[in-house]
Amino acid sequence: MNLALLIIAFVMLGSAAIAMGLRNLIHSALLLIASWAAIAAFFLWAGAEFLAFAQVLVYVGAVSMVVLFAVLLTRQSRLDLNLAPVPFGRALGALIAGSAVAGILFGAILGTPLPAAAAPPPGLTVRQLGLQLMGTHAAALLVVGVILTVALLGAIVLASNEAAPKTPEAR
Amino acid sequence: MNPLQLCLMVSTGLFCIGLAGALARSNTILVLLGIELMLNAANLNFIAFWRYGPPSTPATGVLFALFAIAVAAAEAAVGLALIIAVYRHQKNIRLQDANTLKG
Repeated sequence: MNLALLIIAFVMLGSAAIAMGLRNLIHSALLLIASWAAIAAFFLWAGAEFLAFAQVLVYVGAVSMVVLFAVLLTRQSRLDLNLAPVPFGRALGALIAGSAVAGILFGAILGTPLPAAAAPPPGLTVRQLGLQLMGTHAAALLVVGVILTVALLGAIVLASNEAAPKTPEAR
Repeated sequence: MNPLQLCLMVSTGLFCIGLAGALARSNTILVLLGIELMLNAANLNFIAFWRYGPPSTPATGVLFALFAIAVAAAEAAVGLALIIAVYRHQKNIRLQDANTLKG
């Protein structure tokens, strides 16, 4: 049980850490897809199957494609995708900040009397989840739908080139 | 060590990797991806507490994480559209060069 969690955590944290340190943006994006897939595996391990498939659909499927398109649309030169190396002082500061937050949170986790294990899994079926979404949480579901619609329309408005048809020679 | 602590430590690690990445890198896409990692770490916490925490109604944690994923997807779409808009103005997406909003 815990061995599976350790393997998942190793893949998740390892690929995320390497992705944040690489200079090639495409390699970073592909490693982050591995990390998101490992997060989906964690959800499966914890018994939240529906959430695991939602994670695969949304992150591994959709967000990764949007990220790859953004990387390819904003590259500086056609062949060279490598970024300038991070300045040493800045990398050191970020590492210190991250380790400090990690130390504080580890201390808090280890010092808190959390409920012991051996709780039975909650046993949630997709049918129950759907009934909850359509019944108790119907208003929240509608609001999330409106947020997604507005955000995607806003994204199109932001990214579209509205000046191009009027003055094509201005570009 | 009980499993809840182990899950919380994994999500803490993911959060701190995302934080360090968002602070260190100067490419806007990588900063956005670091923020996405932090949001995912929050989802891991929701699921860890849903699975091992004090008993509650059976769907609470999953519903919370589901809504968080939906909002994070909207945030990623808007963030990447902003990056493309900035690139069109500056021909560059380094954060140091994008410190003014005046086109």
